[in-house]
Amino acid sequence: MNFGFSEEQETIRDTLARLLGDHATLAVAHARLDSGEGFDRPTWSALADGGWLGLAMSEAEGGAGMGAVELAILAEEIGRSLAAVPFLPVLGLAVPALQAAGTEAQRRSLLPGIAEGRVIIATALAEAGGLAPETVTATLAHGRLSGRKAPVGFGADATHALVAARDEGGAVRLCLVDLSGPGVTIRALDPIDRTRPAAEIALDGAPAELLPGSDGAVISRLLDGAAVLGAFEQIGLAERALALTTAYTRERRAFGRPIGSFQAVKHRLADMFARIELARSNAFFGAWALASGDSRLGEAAAVARLAALDAVQFATEESIQLHGGIGITWAADPHLFLRRGWQLKAELGLTPMWRERLLDNLAASGHAAT
Amino acid sequence: MDFSDSPEEAAFRAEVRAWLDANATLRDGSEKAQDHFMARDAEEVARARDWQARKARAGWAGLTWPRAFGGREATPIEQVIWNQEEARYGVPPNVFLIGIGLVGPTIMVHGTEAQKATFLPRALTGEDIWCQLFSEPAAGSDLAGIRTRARRDGDGWVISGQKVWTSGAHYSSHGILLARSDPQVPKHKGLTMFLVNMSDPAIETRPIRQISGGASFNEVFIDELRLPDSARLGDVSDGWKVALTTLMNERFSISIGRASGGARAEELIALARRVQRNGRPAIEDDEVRARIADFVARQRGLEFTSYRVMTSLSRGEAPGEEGSIGKLLLGRLRQEMGSFGMELAGSAAGIASAEGDDVARWRNEYLTAPGNRIAGGSDEIQRTIIGERILGLPPEIRVDKDVPFAEL
Repeated sequence: MNFGFSEEQETIRDTLARLLGDHATLAVAHARLDSGEGFDRPTWSALADGGWLGLAMSEAEGGAGMGAVELAILAEEIGRSLAAVPFLPVLGLAVPALQAAGTEAQRRSLLPGIAEGRVIIATALAEAGGLAPETVTATLAHGRLSGRKAPVGFGADATHALVAARDEGGAVRLCLVDLSGPGVTIRALDPIDRTRPAAEIALDGAPAELLPGSDGAVISRLLDGAAVLGAFEQIGLAERALALTTAYTRERRAFGRPIGSFQAVKHRLADMFARIELARSNAFFGAWALASGDSRLGEAAAVARLAALDAVQFATEESIQLHGGIGITWAADPHLFLRRGWQLKAELGLTPMWRERLLDNLAASGHAAT
Repeated sequence: MDFSDSPEEAAFRAEVRAWLDANATLRDGSEKAQDHFMARDAEEVARARDWQARKARAGWAGLTWPRAFGGREATPIEQVIWNQEEARYGVPPNVFLIGIGLVGPTIMVHGTEAQKATFLPRALTGEDIWCQLFSEPAAGSDLAGIRTRARRDGDGWVISGQKVWTSGAHYSSHGILLARSDPQVPKHKGLTMFLVNMSDPAIETRPIRQISGGASFNEVFIDELRLPDSARLGDVSDGWKVALTTLMNERFSISIGRASGGARAEELIALARRVQRNGRPAIEDDEVRARIADFVARQRGLEFTSYRVMTSLSRGEAPGEEGSIGKLLLGRLRQEMGSFGMELAGSAAGIASAEGDDVARWRNEYLTAPGNRIAGGSDEIQRTIIGERILGLPPEIRVDKDVPFAEL
């Protein structure tokens, strides 16, 4: 039993924390929120230069050959920094999709560019009806895609999109679209977090390439993997929100003493901590299941996602309240975390979808729920 | 990050399983419900003593104790493996947890050679059953505020006072007792610890009936109990330090104990399939599905948190923060699941038709969970521990810290 990170993994974390601390500061996040500029290209380039975007690619693919646990550390540190970078779509979904379901030629043409930061693949899974595969209405016929996908994180900044669509037999598959090609119309949306741009992508007979291995089971595993990595990004974010709130309540004085010494405040911070740690425990199990290919991945991913959604919302909402009046000002930090938390929620499916996935997994493993 | 047993852990597990297979019977669900640590009657106590003696003869008692005191010097993770395996068998409740987990280690640190020689072997074999005489009617969370008095009497001591919430006192042979030996100094500084024989006529034990209907706690009245000075554990006025050793070991025992007592959230799935809501199986109801999924996610989180505790232990780190999280969240979860199970089981929620039906089962969860949220440090105490020791928040202002106890 070893349910923690190794020394090498902690070294990776320290290195990443320094790199992100140099580039993605909260001052940068505020500036981007004000300007409406989205994608933080300088930070993404710095990650590429450091070799971090190829972390989980094999050496043959141009990467560092590390695994899901290292990827989880990257996710957590990005979440903590609030960097406006497309970690989850590109490294959490597109790369694993190419690895699991793409052809050798697709991998050769795209993975090196991803590692270098040139190729950005947005993931266009969601539609008006939601994100669950059964709600997909976009169609793929004779190599042409039609449909309307939204919200697509970083859709306006990406070079390609990974799109979920129904093939001629009605099965949901994944395919790749070059966003500079014909039949593609991209419209920027107004997300709650303007530092995390979202777009609607309308496809009208756009040329597309199928990922041949993308059957229902593969897509489901990809979603599970993304949920686990996303949970780490959410936990990093929630922990930072807790840390800055704790620091504030140690400094801020009322009635002659720091407000953090009052139980009414202290106990709410303790509740934030407890929910975050519970989410962390679930995420750890998810990372292990993802890294080891354990059959309980589906269940592990769902509980990791559910606990992370709960922890982020609770921690970011309480963070604003515990800051008092300053907490509801535009210039203060807490709303950055609240906004990003909601954006991360919107990009990978809401609580009801993951509850159903959990119950389905329990049913499949013998705890018949349906 | 590896969730599986290491080769050494797997070998230990196999050895444990082989011995348990030869000496006990696997549970098959037909067993009478019982508590993990508390005996309900004399028959359970007798069975527990037999089982402990058997474990001691084979070298499985006091797993983590040093060999010098008859233990096995097992690692904490091996203790966890033992607990996991033993829980699969129909064995009696472990009424020796306080003796082996809390009192024994305290005697090892603070006891005289004579105390070690007298008490440690008998704790291992199950001859002695220990209880913890700490809490009092006026001192629970604020343990250092106890009022039971220890007065010097020639070479010995005379103890008078009242203890409460003493688990298992009614069948314990011995108790570890914290008393105030000097009220003229601040509260933490005037305490002394003693080891007492519960059969002394100066000690009277009265069971307290709890809201669940059970009676595992007691009030203990001590009226002019005469003790020789050799019954003192640790130095005079050093009782708080001795108590902290006991409490630290209590936290350790809880950390490596069962991850989650009580019902599993999955049992609610089975129940929701059997019962109706709005004219269809309850499992098809959206609200029912949402509640159950959230319970499962929370329960898994607690289980995996206990694995993180084990990982800290196996790396030789002291169990700390994760222990308080589990303590804080588990009781509340059990209470909510109990309430939901009762609602699910019957339109007349809470009314059981016969002993052993669904309502009775969840009602028992609902009525025992409030005790989990108080015993061993209340929810509020856990939150303060997390806030002050983990998050580093400024402590509460303590108005009684430097004032002689007698002037409070």
